[in-house]
Amino acid sequence: MSLATRARPAAMALGLVALAAVPVLASVLDQPFYVDLFRRVMIFAVAALSLDVILGYGGMVSFGHAAYLGIGAYAVGVTTYHGVSNGYAQWALAIVASMVVALAIGAISIRTSGVYFIMITLAFTQMLYYLGISIEEYGGDDGMRLATKSQFPGVLDIGNPAAFYYVVLGILVLFLYLAHRLVNARFGMVIRATKSNEPRARAVGFSPYPYKLIAFAVAGGMCGLAGALLVNQTEYLTPEFMHWTRSGEIMFMVILGGMGTLVGPVVGALVFLLLEQVLSAWTEHWQIILGPFLVLVVLFARRGLWGLLPPGAGRNG
Amino acid sequence: MTRIMRVALLGVLAVVLAAGPALAQEKVKIGFITSLSGPAGIIGEHMKNSVELALDHLGRKVGGLDVEVIYGDDQRKPDVGKQLADEMLKKHKVHFVSGIIWSNVMLAVAPTVTSAGTLMIGTNAGPHQLAGKMCNELYFTTSWQNDQTPEAMGKYMRDQGITDVYAMAPNYAAGKDMISGFKRYFEAKLVGEVYTKLGQQDYQAEISQLRAANPKAVFVFYPGDMGIQFLKQYAQSGLREQIPLYSVYTVDEISLPVVKEAALGQWETRYWSPDLKNAANQKYVSDYKKKYGKMPVFYGAQSYDGIMLIDSAVRAVKGDLSNTKGMVAAMRKADYKSTRGTYTYNVNHHPIQNFYLLRAVKGAGGQLEMQIQKTVFENHKDAYYKECGMKW
Amino acid sequence: MTVLLIVEQVLNGLQYGVMLFLMAAGLTLVFGIMNLVNLAHGSLYMVGAYLATFFYTQTGSFLLAALLALPATLVVGIVVELVALRTLYERDHLDQVLATFGLILFFNELVAIVWGRSALYTTLPAWLSGHVVVLPGLRYSVYRALVILVGLAVAILLWLVVSRTRLGMLIRAGASNRTMLSALGVNVTLLYTVVFGFGAALAGLAGLMAGPIYAVQTGMGEQILIQVFVVIVIGGIGSIRGALVGAILVGMVDTFGVFVKPMLGTVLSPVAADSAGPAIASMLIYLLMAVVLALRPQGLFPTRAS
Repeated sequence: MSLATRARPAAMALGLVALAAVPVLASVLDQPFYVDLFRRVMIFAVAALSLDVILGYGGMVSFGHAAYLGIGAYAVGVTTYHGVSNGYAQWALAIVASMVVALAIGAISIRTSGVYFIMITLAFTQMLYYLGISIEEYGGDDGMRLATKSQFPGVLDIGNPAAFYYVVLGILVLFLYLAHRLVNARFGMVIRATKSNEPRARAVGFSPYPYKLIAFAVAGGMCGLAGALLVNQTEYLTPEFMHWTRSGEIMFMVILGGMGTLVGPVVGALVFLLLEQVLSAWTEHWQIILGPFLVLVVLFARRGLWGLLPPGAGRNG
Repeated sequence: MTRIMRVALLGVLAVVLAAGPALAQEKVKIGFITSLSGPAGIIGEHMKNSVELALDHLGRKVGGLDVEVIYGDDQRKPDVGKQLADEMLKKHKVHFVSGIIWSNVMLAVAPTVTSAGTLMIGTNAGPHQLAGKMCNELYFTTSWQNDQTPEAMGKYMRDQGITDVYAMAPNYAAGKDMISGFKRYFEAKLVGEVYTKLGQQDYQAEISQLRAANPKAVFVFYPGDMGIQFLKQYAQSGLREQIPLYSVYTVDEISLPVVKEAALGQWETRYWSPDLKNAANQKYVSDYKKKYGKMPVFYGAQSYDGIMLIDSAVRAVKGDLSNTKGMVAAMRKADYKSTRGTYTYNVNHHPIQNFYLLRAVKGAGGQLEMQIQKTVFENHKDAYYKECGMKW
Repeated sequence: MTVLLIVEQVLNGLQYGVMLFLMAAGLTLVFGIMNLVNLAHGSLYMVGAYLATFFYTQTGSFLLAALLALPATLVVGIVVELVALRTLYERDHLDQVLATFGLILFFNELVAIVWGRSALYTTLPAWLSGHVVVLPGLRYSVYRALVILVGLAVAILLWLVVSRTRLGMLIRAGASNRTMLSALGVNVTLLYTVVFGFGAALAGLAGLMAGPIYAVQTGMGEQILIQVFVVIVIGGIGSIRGALVGAILVGMVDTFGVFVKPMLGTVLSPVAADSAGPAIASMLIYLLMAVVLALRPQGLFPTRAS
């Protein structure tokens, strides 16, 4: 039993060590591709984590979370295009711009609920997607190359694959910690209370709206940074970042790993992207396996993969 | 439970790591990127078929070495194409990247490949940027620069005294090149210039606008699937009998079998046609028909040429794939049997070649086919090579 | 801008609108009665298009192919309901969205395995590939005219079924209060299967009619699906009348988007109009939806008694 209660911390520690070892292993094996792959995993883990804050903890089924991935990416792409490639400025802009847009979208969407919330978040993301498509200046439908990666002169060069990898790993760990603090703070308690029973939360004197809105904006900002990282990873800016299937994929990562847990989205992103990699190397028709797998996860593994591990002492590990 | 989890995670990791190639062998690796799914899949299929046919003709060897071709499906998306190129360079460690139908995909892929020090052999897309300011020592094309073909059509239509032309093209890199190439030689002002979404299927709303504008002729560029849709809908709207249609890359061996009579008598300009009389082309066309049971199309001819060009380069350096300079020097000579006949490379690594006027006519067996009517340009250079700083 | 042009664009909008309606009718009923968010509705549209193309190439007759494809899609729909969706009715919307997203991946890949990844193109029979003269100086595609007529006929038929038959009564009752319906002893399980099957057949009809206009390809369902969701949210979930009004509205707005650029050109500089025009045109239907939801959160024709 004592082993079981330590399962989650043990798996977490193991996972962290494994992630940190990837660049070393890749360079020993002369397989630089895997640094890119696992960096991509961690970037999506950040995006999935941000969605989990509002979906898993706040019960807000946003079907448009890819919007912030796009805004973060455009913040970097557009500033680079205009000759500003200072990383601090770009990444800060990515976060702020995403938060502002999330505030605006949230302010309208959170007034609705249920399926109307799903649809209206989707509609706003579609609008941004088409906006991206029609701005010819920034590549329109074609997208455009990122001329230079975000610059951090004198501090580090993210053009170095391993350095960039550890930056992303650092951000992921930082966000895990911040999210842990957030959901366990009084603020997080209110969010979770409104998820499980909104009328009761109102009855004890909380107006859920501002809390939900702030959570929505914070999640948008986090995802915006993921977008800034993603565009540095792909070195290509495209409206496809905001495609609605991308929103669906991020949502799937959350559910697959286990929503309402913090490590769950990370596990979800890892398993989803690795499955995609392994299955697509194995058969061209990998989606015929992924699709039913998704249905089965929803039907039978409601708590996600991380949920299969017995919870430890800390409730939201 | 925890051990199962751990084992599972490690297992996934092991499988992923093992999926990569174990050891580099002396084998030519070519990454061939094209569109294999969706509406554009009909084009990619011809390109893939032609690569395989070229390998058949070479005895499954390139430059005397064993060869492995890794195909990638870009889904007509630049970001997917770039991701594929990254994967081919880093995971498969290819020596050449080739293919690419769409100019927007090419603009994303070519700089990725050349900046990694790898050779890029384009076999269709010819965006003007890569012929001019962005030209690169490691970038070659076996096709053309986008502007060239519509330049030929613009010249032909001007010579015919046609006026009041309405132009349409998909809104992406090549669409804009095609219209600007057309205007360069047509010279007169267009009465309308409309760009539609790349990959658009339904043109009814735009055709209605066109009818209302009442031009004397229409010039379009709708490659592959878009051509099939546009030609069908143009005929169904009853406009075909009213306003003559001229096109580039729209009526070809891909669209003809589908649209049939709706394209009979259509004019095109092109650098290649299945009825070009040279030994390499006749062999390519007849073997293609034998192997795949249909007519080849220019996309395929260029891809066939691409493999032949790579073969000539590897042969010239005697299989030393690390000798990039030697391979570049060899390719500049275009010393292989091209399906278009002999051609030379301009300083920007784009062909200097002839352009012909083609027409869709009823062949001997009653089927529709493209036939060369006359030569519009001889040894035609693209309009951008002077912007390219390369000297050799 | 002539009168003829406007008439022609109205026809175009109508043609697109009835296509959306055929999709929306099934989706809104399933949504309204079973409370199921079914993203895989677009897959049934795709299956209908593929089956019709398959039967057409096998039989050589367009009509026969249509008559075979419809019941075939209905059967596919019923099988999907029995195997996968039935268990989802009691789940929350999040589960439904994800599970049906999984079904989309499955169906897209399935048709890719059976028919290949390349799009299929069909040549219409001669009697459908010509044009008719609608007004002096205005020619219109016979096929598109037929699509409009079939779509409107189905709309009238559906209205009769829903408002005049016992099945229709049950459907209306189910849309407004399904708990009460089952309490009254109606075999709800059977009703669900029947409604889903007919929704699938309607989507199949839309798919088979779309085949000759668009390319028949894997993933074609998702291109129209999002717009169909916009339609039913605007119309009010569960309302057939709402679906019709919403579909025509969206069809018109989408088609008349081609006028945005020239209209902007009269007030803005040509360059500004060039870049803003397409952006506004493609965002119009989502703006429409946001405005409708802001004014009437339950859509134009709310059904649910709340």
